[in-house]
Amino acid sequence: MQTILTLDNLSKNFGPIQAVKNLSFTIEKGNVYGILGPNGSGKSTTLGIVLNVVNKTSGSYHWFDGSEGTHQALKKVGAIIERPNFYPYMNAVQNLELVCKIKEVTTSKIDEKLELVGLLERKLSKFKTYSLGMKQRLAIASALLNDPEILILDEPTNGLDPQGIHQIREIIKKIAASGTTILLASHLLDEVEKVCTHVVILRKGESLYTGSVEGMNASHGFFVLQSRNTIRLKEELERNAAIGSIKEDGDLITAYLNEPMDASTFNEEMHSKGIVLSHLVKRKESLEELFLEITKNLS
Amino acid sequence: MLRLFSIEFQKLKYNRSAKVISIVYFLLITFIALIASIEFDIGNINFRVADQGIFNFPFIWHFNTYMAAILKIFLAIVIVSMMSNEYSYRTLKQNLIDGLSKREFVLSKFVTVLGFALLSTLFVFIVSMILGLSFSDYNEIGIIFSDLDYLLAYFVKLMGFFAFCMFLGILVKRSAFAIGFLVVWWIFESIVYGLLKWQFFKGTDIADTVLQFFPLTAMSNLIKEPFTRLGAVQSAASQLGENLAKNYDVGMIPLLIVLAWTFLFTYWSYALLKRRDL
Repeated sequence: MQTILTLDNLSKNFGPIQAVKNLSFTIEKGNVYGILGPNGSGKSTTLGIVLNVVNKTSGSYHWFDGSEGTHQALKKVGAIIERPNFYPYMNAVQNLELVCKIKEVTTSKIDEKLELVGLLERKLSKFKTYSLGMKQRLAIASALLNDPEILILDEPTNGLDPQGIHQIREIIKKIAASGTTILLASHLLDEVEKVCTHVVILRKGESLYTGSVEGMNASHGFFVLQSRNTIRLKEELERNAAIGSIKEDGDLITAYLNEPMDASTFNEEMHSKGIVLSHLVKRKESLEELFLEITKNLS
Repeated sequence: MLRLFSIEFQKLKYNRSAKVISIVYFLLITFIALIASIEFDIGNINFRVADQGIFNFPFIWHFNTYMAAILKIFLAIVIVSMMSNEYSYRTLKQNLIDGLSKREFVLSKFVTVLGFALLSTLFVFIVSMILGLSFSDYNEIGIIFSDLDYLLAYFVKLMGFFAFCMFLGILVKRSAFAIGFLVVWWIFESIVYGLLKWQFFKGTDIADTVLQFFPLTAMSNLIKEPFTRLGAVQSAASQLGENLAKNYDVGMIPLLIVLAWTFLFTYWSYALLKRRDL
C-alpha cells in the first residue's frame, strides 16, 4: 500500500509547553483517517507542522516517498485549517484562480469544484459577502482543485449552523466515496465515527492509539438485554462462559462478551432455558465510549 | 519568476485601494510637468520656473528624479499593506498550505518591489524626456543621454526603500503600525545625526561618516538636493560671498550601501518568516 505521510518522533515545544510529544504514525492511501483529541491536544499543531506553517522542534516527517520537498508535495495535497482564508476583495473564481497558480494546475476545474460544493451560482460574489458556511465550502472547493492525493480537514464544521454542518458532512462523504484519502481532525466523535476507517487518538500531544476503528475495539461487543424475569436472566448470564462482566442499569442489563457470539445464538440459548427476552440488542462500543475509556485509563 | 509575479499581480490587481493609490502615484509623477507652468511677478520682474533651466538636459535627470522620489511614500503604503494584509487575512498561511514555499513567498514580494521600482523609473524617464524635449535649451543627443546615472540611483533608491517597507510589513504585521515604525525610524536617524553632529563630535565629519551607513540616510545620499545647483541660486550665493561648491554626482558608496540594505531587508524578511510559527 502506498504511504502518503510518515511522521517519525515529531515534537513541538511552545516555550515550556510541549504541544506534540514524539508523535509517530503513517497515513496510507485510500483510508479515511480521523485525528481525535480534546481541544488543545495538539491536533492543529501536528497538521500545522506537516503543512509547513509551524516549525517542528525535533523529529521528522515526509510526504509520499520523501523524494521531494514539503512545498512541492503540498501541491498534491488539499488542506483546510481551522477557518477559511481567502482574499476578501476577490470573488470565488478569482480566489480559486490564485490557488491554481500557486498549485501550478490549470483553471479548468474551477466550475466543476464550485458545482460540487454548491457555490456555482454565487461564483462572482466577493468572498467577504459569503456566510461562514459558504466560506467553508469554498475552502473545500479550493482544496479539491488539484484533485489531491489526500484531503486534510481541520475542524471543518466548527462554528457552522446545523444546516451548514450537514452540507459539509455530505460533501465529505461524497469525496470519501470517490476514493480520496482523507485526514479529518475533529473533537466531534460522531463526526469521525460516521466517515473514518482509521483513527489517531491524541491527548496532550501524545498518541494513545493509532490504527483501524475496529482494531481499537478489542472486545467482542455486548448485549443490551431486558426480561420480565431479571433475576433468572442474571443467574443464567453468570453461568454462561461466553459472558464476561454484567452491568445493570435500571431494567436494562448489559452483558459484555468474552468470545464472539451472535444475537440469534444467544437468543436461542436463553429460550431453551425458559427465559423470554423482551429486549435484545447486540452492540459494539461507540467511538465515544472507546475514546473516553482510552483517555481515562491514562489520566 | 514569472509565476511568482503573476501570483502577486493577481493579488494586487483586484485590490481597489492598492490600484487607486498606484494610479494616483503615477499621475502625481506626471504632475511634475506642472512645475513648468509656475509663473509669478515680483514687482516688474516676471519669473517663470521653466526658464530657470530646471528642464535643461542633463540637469533635468537630477531634478526630476529628486522630485519624483518624494512621492515614493505613496507606493510605500501599497507595499506595506500588501505584506500586512497577508497576515490580517491569514492568507499567508493558506498560501503556504497550498504549496508556496516561504522562499517563494518572499521572492514574489521582492519581484513586485522590483517591478514597482522599475515601472516608476521608466515613468520618470518618459516624463523627463517629454519635458526636456519641450523646454531644454540643449537638445544634442550626447547631452540628453548624459548623467543618466541619476536614473540608476533613483531605481536603487526606490528598490531599497520598498524593500525596507516590505521588511517592516512582515515584522510589524499591521500596515498602520509599519508606516508608523518607518516614521519613527526616520526620526531616530535624525536624532542620532543631531546628537553626533552637535553634541558628541562637534565640528567634525564623524556624524556624516557614521550616518551614511543608516538605511534612510544612505537612500537620501543617493540623489542630493538639486536646488543649490540652479544657476540663479548659484549666482545669488556668490553675490553674498558664499561658495556653494558641492559634489552633486551619484556616489558609488551610497549606491553600494543601499544595495547592501536591500539584500539585508529581503534576507531578514525571509529569515523572520522562516522562524515564525503561523
